[in-house]
Formats: sequence, C-alpha cells, structure tokens
Amino acid sequence: MNEIIESVKNLSIGFNSQKGKQISILRNVSTNIKKGETVGIVGESGSGKSTLALAMMGYIKQGLFPLKGECLFKSEDLLKMSSRQLEKIRGRKIAMIPQNAGQALTPNLKIGYQIDEALRLHTDLNKTERDKKISELLNKVRLPSPETMAFRYPHELSGGQQQRVAVAMALAGKPDLLLLDEPTTGLDVTTQAHVLELLRFIAKDTGTSMIYVSHDLGAIAQVSDRIVVMYAGEIVLEGPARKILKEPIHPYTYGLLKSIPKLSLAGLPASMPGSQPQPGSINEGCSFYDRCNLATDHCKKNSPDLEHIKELDTNVRCFNHKELINQNNNLQTSITKKSNNSEAIEVLKLKDVSISYAKQKFFDQLLNKISDQNPTVKDINIDIKKGETIALVGESGSGKSTILKSIAGLLKTKDGQIKFENDRILSSDLKMRNPNDLRAIQLIFQNPDESLNPNHTVEQILSQPLKLYFNLSGEELKKNIIDLLKKVRLGEFYMSRYPRQLSGGEKQRVAVARAFAAKPDIILCDEVTSALDVSVQAAVLNLLQQLKEDLGTTYVFVSHDLAVVRAISDRVAVLYQGRLCEIGPSQNVYKFPSHPYTEVLLGAVLEPDPDIKPKLVAEDIVEEKPPEKGCSFQGRCPRKIGDICNLEVPPWQIGENGNAIRCHINIDELASLQQ
Amino acid sequence: MLLLILKRIGLGLITLFIVSLITFVGVEVLPGDACTTYLEREAYGAALDACIKRLGLDVPAYERYLDWASNVVRGDFGYSLSGEMPINEVLGPRVKNSLVLASVSILIGIPLAIVLGIITALWRDKLPDIMISTITIFSMTIPEFISATLLILIVAIWLGWLPGIVIIPSDATFYELLSNIILPVVAISMIMTAHMARMVRSSVIQVMASDYVQMAILKGVPYWKMVFRHVLPNALLPAINVVALTIAWLLGGVVVTEVVFNYPGLGRLVIESISNRDLPVVQALAIILASIYVGINLIADLMTLMLNPRLKSLQIRK
Repeated sequence: MNEIIESVKNLSIGFNSQKGKQISILRNVSTNIKKGETVGIVGESGSGKSTLALAMMGYIKQGLFPLKGECLFKSEDLLKMSSRQLEKIRGRKIAMIPQNAGQALTPNLKIGYQIDEALRLHTDLNKTERDKKISELLNKVRLPSPETMAFRYPHELSGGQQQRVAVAMALAGKPDLLLLDEPTTGLDVTTQAHVLELLRFIAKDTGTSMIYVSHDLGAIAQVSDRIVVMYAGEIVLEGPARKILKEPIHPYTYGLLKSIPKLSLAGLPASMPGSQPQPGSINEGCSFYDRCNLATDHCKKNSPDLEHIKELDTNVRCFNHKELINQNNNLQTSITKKSNNSEAIEVLKLKDVSISYAKQKFFDQLLNKISDQNPTVKDINIDIKKGETIALVGESGSGKSTILKSIAGLLKTKDGQIKFENDRILSSDLKMRNPNDLRAIQLIFQNPDESLNPNHTVEQILSQPLKLYFNLSGEELKKNIIDLLKKVRLGEFYMSRYPRQLSGGEKQRVAVARAFAAKPDIILCDEVTSALDVSVQAAVLNLLQQLKEDLGTTYVFVSHDLAVVRAISDRVAVLYQGRLCEIGPSQNVYKFPSHPYTEVLLGAVLEPDPDIKPKLVAEDIVEEKPPEKGCSFQGRCPRKIGDICNLEVPPWQIGENGNAIRCHINIDELASLQQ
Repeated sequence: MLLLILKRIGLGLITLFIVSLITFVGVEVLPGDACTTYLEREAYGAALDACIKRLGLDVPAYERYLDWASNVVRGDFGYSLSGEMPINEVLGPRVKNSLVLASVSILIGIPLAIVLGIITALWRDKLPDIMISTITIFSMTIPEFISATLLILIVAIWLGWLPGIVIIPSDATFYELLSNIILPVVAISMIMTAHMARMVRSSVIQVMASDYVQMAILKGVPYWKMVFRHVLPNALLPAINVVALTIAWLLGGVVVTEVVFNYPGLGRLVIESISNRDLPVVQALAIILASIYVGINLIADLMTLMLNPRLKSLQIRK
C-alpha cells in the first residue's frame, strides 16, 4: 500500500511572456501518489491543477514548458522521455479520463473502434479476444446493451454514456494509474453521482491509483483518500481527505469550504474577497496575502514554505495556520438572509403556460397557431410575489430556461398567459410589448463571456440601457454609470475596461449592473453562477441578495444546483420534462415529504463532506421527450405505483408545510415512505 | 436518405428553371433581338421580316420560351447565329477541351493542395510551413492574368520551352491538347492549389487542437496513426465543399486564363459569344454552366452527408 507509483519533485512549468520574461504556472510542486490511493487535486480555474495532472502523464500543453523538476513514474522521468517511450506508458501504465467525453471521443470513429484501438496498442489479445474484451469493458462501466453499443458513434450517446465510454477506454490498457480531469463536470446531478459511484467501484475493484482533478470539493470529497489543494500554481494544503475537509488549516481552503452553499444550511455562503492572482504577478510574499484575513506584515514580505504538521499528517503553506484550528467549528455557518414579507402582491403570474419547440406545419403557419399535442413545457402555473426570489430547478431538458425565455419574450408561448402587474396580459412576443414592460423585465445570462460585447467598454455596455430607457446623456449618464458600478462593488476606473480585461466574477458583476441599469421590477437569472468559481459564486450570490434587499427587486432564478438554490431562494419550483413536480417555500421543499423527483435530486447532491454519501434511488436514463400521458416522471420514478402513473396526470396535493406536490401517492404516505 | 436526395435534386431543378427564366428574360429585355444583331445594318424591310419569320421571333415571348425550354430538355439548344450551325456542334468540342483542362488541373492541383495543407499544418511555424505558406500566399495574391502573362514571358519567350499560346483547332485530339495545356494548367493550379492548401491547413490545425486529438495522444496512439485515423478524416470533411466549388469553377471555364492562352474552352466561348451578341449560345451556356454548378454541389453535399456520421444518423432518425 505504501509503494509510491508516481512522484512529482520540485516541478515548475511556465511560459515565456511577450516581454521575454519567464512566467511560471506551476511553482515548485512536489507530491507522491501511492499504490491504490485516490488523490484529489482541487483548486479554482487558473490554479494549475490541470497542468499538473497532464504533466503527470508527461504531457505539456503547447506554449508551456517545464522550467525545473521532474515527474518520476516508477523512478523514470516522464518529462525526459521520447515520444516513443511515452506512447508505451500512456494508456498502458497511466490512462486519462477527460473532462468532456463528448469532445474527447473522435467523432468519426465508432465507440468499439476507439476502445479496440487502446486494446490493440496496449495488449497482445487477438481479434476475437479483443471483441470479447470490448463488451466486457462496456458492461463493466454499466452501459446498456454493450453488444450494440460498440457500433454506435459518440454523438449517438448521452453525456453520461459518453463519459462511461471514456472510462471503458481508459481501463482497456489495465493502467496502474488513472488520471481524471474534471470527469463529472458538465453532467447532470444524478448522472454525476452515478459516474462517481462507478469510479469509486472501479478504484476498489481494480486497485488502481487515481488522481482526481476537480474544482468541485463535493465530488472530491466522495472519492479521495488524500486531497491536494492548489492555489496560484502552488500546493497550499495537502493531507488526508477527512482532515482537509473537516479541519482545514489553510485560510484559502477554509474560505473555499465556507463559500460552498450546502444543502443542510439555509442562508448564503460566506464569500472570499478578491480573486486569484494572475500568473507572473506574484513577486514576493504569500500568494494568498491579498485575500487572507489572517495576513500580517510578515506574510507580505516572506513566502511561506510547505510545513509538515505531524499530528495532522498534513502539509500546509501558511505562517498562521495555528490560528485557524480554533476557527474550524465555524465551518457550518452561513449568512442569514432577510426573507420578504409574504403579504406582498403578485407581480407576475404564469397561467397554464405551454411552450412548444415543434416546427409549425404549413397550414398552422397560415392560421398562426401551434398544434403540438405534447409540448416541451406544459401547464405551468406560478404566481410570483413582489420582492421574492423564486427558483426554477431541474436537470437539463427540464424546461427551466425555456420558461425564462418566454417570460423575457424571446420565445412564443403555445397556450396560457403571462400576466404582469394588476393582471395585465403580457404578450409573449417581444415586438408587441411596450417599452416600459421591456424595461421592467431584465435578463442576466449564464456566461458573461458571451453576453458582454467584447468590443464595448464597460462604460458603453452600461450606457446602453440608460440611454435607451431613460434618455440620459453627458454628465448625468456618467454619474449613473458610476453609481451602478458602485452598487456592484466595482471602482470607477472599470469604466474604460473591456470585458477581456476583467475576471469572470467582475464580468458577471458588469452583467448584473447592466440588468439593474434599467431599474427593473423583475430580473431573470439564467444559471448566473454556474460558469463561476465557487468563491466568486458566493460573492455574486451575496451581491444579488444585497441588491434585492436594497431595491426590492424580484428574481426568477434558474439553476441546476440545488444547494445554490437553497442559499438564494425564498420559493422553489421543481421541474421535470417541462412539467411542474413540486413548488413551495424553499425550506420546505428541502424537507420531506417531497415529490419523488425532488427526492432523487436531493439524494444525488454531492456535499463536501466524506460522511454524507449520495443516495442513488433512480437510474440516470435520459428521456428525450416528455411522456404523452400521465405523470412526467413515470419513466424514472423509484416510487411508481402502477398504471395510474402512466395514464393520469397526478393531482396537486398541499402538504402541511405549504409545499404543493404533484403525485399519485398520498402526501402523508410519501412522508412516511421517505422517513 | 433517399427522400433527402430526391429533395435536393428537386431543389436543383427548380434552381435551373429559375436560371433559364432569368437568362431568357434578360435576353428579351435587351434592346434589339437576334435578327437586328445578325443583319446589322441591313436590318430593315424584307430582309428583317424574313429573318424574323425564319427564327420564329413573331410569336409571343412565352411561347418561344416554352418552345426553347422543351427543346433544351431534349438536349437541343437550337442554332448559333454567327456560324449558323447547331449549338450542340459548337459546344461539343469546347466542353471537351474545358473538361481536359479542368481534369488535368484537378488531378494535379487537389492532391497537391491537400498534401501541402497537411504538411504546413503539421509543421506549423517550422521551416516547411514558413516556406510553403510564403509561396502559397504569394501565388494567391497575384491575379491570374499577371501570373499567366509572366509564365508566357519566362517559359515561352525567354526560355522557349513551350508554346506561348495554344494554336490548335477547337476539335483537336486529346494528345494534341496535352502538350499545349501545360502552361494553362500551371497558371490555374497556382491559384487553386494555394487557396485550397490554406483552407486544409487551417482545418487541420483546428482539429489538431481539439480535445479528441489530445485524448488520442494521451491514449498512447502513435503520431502518424493519430494523424491518419483521428485528424485527417475530420479535417478533410469541410474541404469537400471547397473542392466542389473549385471543380465547378474550373469546368465553368477559367475565363481569364483561357483568353490569355487563347485556349478554345467554354470560358473563351462565353466571351466570344457575348461580344458577337450570339444570344442563343449565351443562353445555352448559362444553362450548361448552371447545371454544372448545381450538379457538383449536389454531389458534394451528398458526399458530406455520407461521410459525416453525425449528419448521417440525424437524417436516418428523421
């Protein structure tokens, strides 16, 4: 068990800047991977975790090169090997499971061929033995009908299935070490939990060592024996998983854990100020100095070394780590948020809304109607009160973003009405809305990289809504822009910056400011934090909450992340295949009794705690279309009672906690089943 | 799949119909008609009347269109004005000559372009790339009438190796042609190969940077195997449509090159018949060139569809 498989020694990797300076991305990293051990490497984007992982396969991305140090695999330096030698090791001794299997599988080659290729390269099996091995492998990763699966092309599989194929391909060469680069990022919550469970099983079954790279402490917590925390290209904390997650003695890890929203915890997570320094900007002192609340003058001048703490079996890079030991009992706290008063009036009502993506047939086009018996979104009834945050949750394909687009007027509804203020019907066509309604409803998008015009300065971006809706110009316009920037905690000097000069969090702040520029009544937030790092996510969530408390804005918040939703929302609506399953005050939706789908979703959430294991109660099948009759969740429901689920649309039942559940099972019975 | 092919063919036929209408209407609205052009200064009185009667210009335009169109469908383009011979006889040798010029250029140019594109992409920013890229960009930017003239000047006049212009009857045999077309082929290939090589290069570079190529490397696939199995099939797919456009462009007559080298192909016929105001020939050429474009693009689309598994299964599922 204590045999070391791979050992990284004083590794630095960097690139030459345009000014000819050497800039390091990885700085002096040393770590060991033992046989049979799973090591989690965690860090935010830009921390160098992927560069480290790839270097452990002897792969350096184009433009980068090793500055010093070595990567010893069974005491041979991978970084000094020829490509011939590396071909013998990659896939056979060390195999990779990539982040996005959909893009990592070659599109023109069948699944079977791609696995066969690995077998041909790394085993001595003949054709018939290989064919047998392929279905064995596909079976091992629990793919349905492994015999026919081999003849399919990558694009014919769902995201979860593609990821499983990538796992099968990696296992083909019977490697000693598996490298996993964010293998579950981008998958749905339930799929993610299933893939993780499979990986854990494989680690145990084959005794393979694993390096699991992720930004997601929840996923890391589920699989790792040991955790390495990276920050700005350095290891800042390293030790047994349980110790790192429960008693983090580095202020960055502590802050990171605090900024993760947790299911068990109402209220907003605490955010860390600032962002990770850019490579090359650290000259002296501790790289975490700017964001650390324990920092002293000593930290500014001197950079700490990795110090071994014997009693915790942990390495830490901090002068003041002793002070943190006492703070750790605060890990399970959050910032309480003000809830709105429930007496408030309703500003937006969705009444029997159905939305269809079906193409209009020729005659329907003439009659201007949509005849789709089974629309993507159906029978949505939601009343939204002034000043509340209502969240729409569900996996991909649940119709949550579709509903948001219809409220924004970007997508026509098929049936039903959207009523705004005093029951006035709002046209679902953007062109038919009056300017004031357009102003009153604003949208913030998921990815600020794509929603901000790269050729506009922040000033130009923010002046557009101000000019359009309020006809401002000159000094007054400028004053308003500065006010807006102040509201989202950005300084005046940001006005002349272009989006590319901002960090991810800053960009999303500009997007938030742009939405607030219109002084809207309702802001639609479409997965606004999913492209952000955890610590930045916490800051944006806190910002949104603060603005809401100050200005009384109403949010419709779409997210796939149940913990984020728990943190920010007052009420939650759970959607499956475009149909409502459950709706109610958020503290109650997260308690039982729940709709079986909510139960499945809650069970699959990964908490950054090795003691809380996900509960997998339903298969992670992907349904392409909602069923034509009966309950929308009939295909995957773990509590299905029989034909009634297939034939009849379940009735709404109101629980004693005030949450409404749409299920054929009596609500009290559900409660006792879910105990 | 079959339905899709039929649909595409149908669309192609509609395109051709519209092209024929436009050329017919275009010829109609031009001042003067075939007879005034043909008779020139004698276009008055009895001679004009007789001509109009002979060519059937006294019937209404739509009747003449229908008449003409139904003949075209049967493969009869009518009579040329200038030579007073059947257009089919005028066209036949020209089509053959253009085909010879085009096929030789294609056979040399396209494989060369693909090979050069791949070499420049795989040795990106290294010596082979820098050298080939400089040459291709150079030959891309020089207009063909300059490069063709320079070729004549250097190879034919200064060195005297090859004939400068093609002096052969329009019905020359294939072998007679071959020795005469070396310079035109070089002139055409320079520009065509350069364009295509640049396209193949950027396509290969893009695929080389993809996640699946990185994955193949990390799987331990040897370099050349990776290039042939994982890179090229995906990189050359988008090239099919460009190749098709190039072929159509070549078959449609490389007007400038043909004129410079005095080559009796379709391109020169276009110029000649326009300057002679030989309207029936212009009409016939318009239809033929449009058919070539439509046909070749149709073939390219179908090939893309067959070779791209993603599109193929999409169609089958529908």
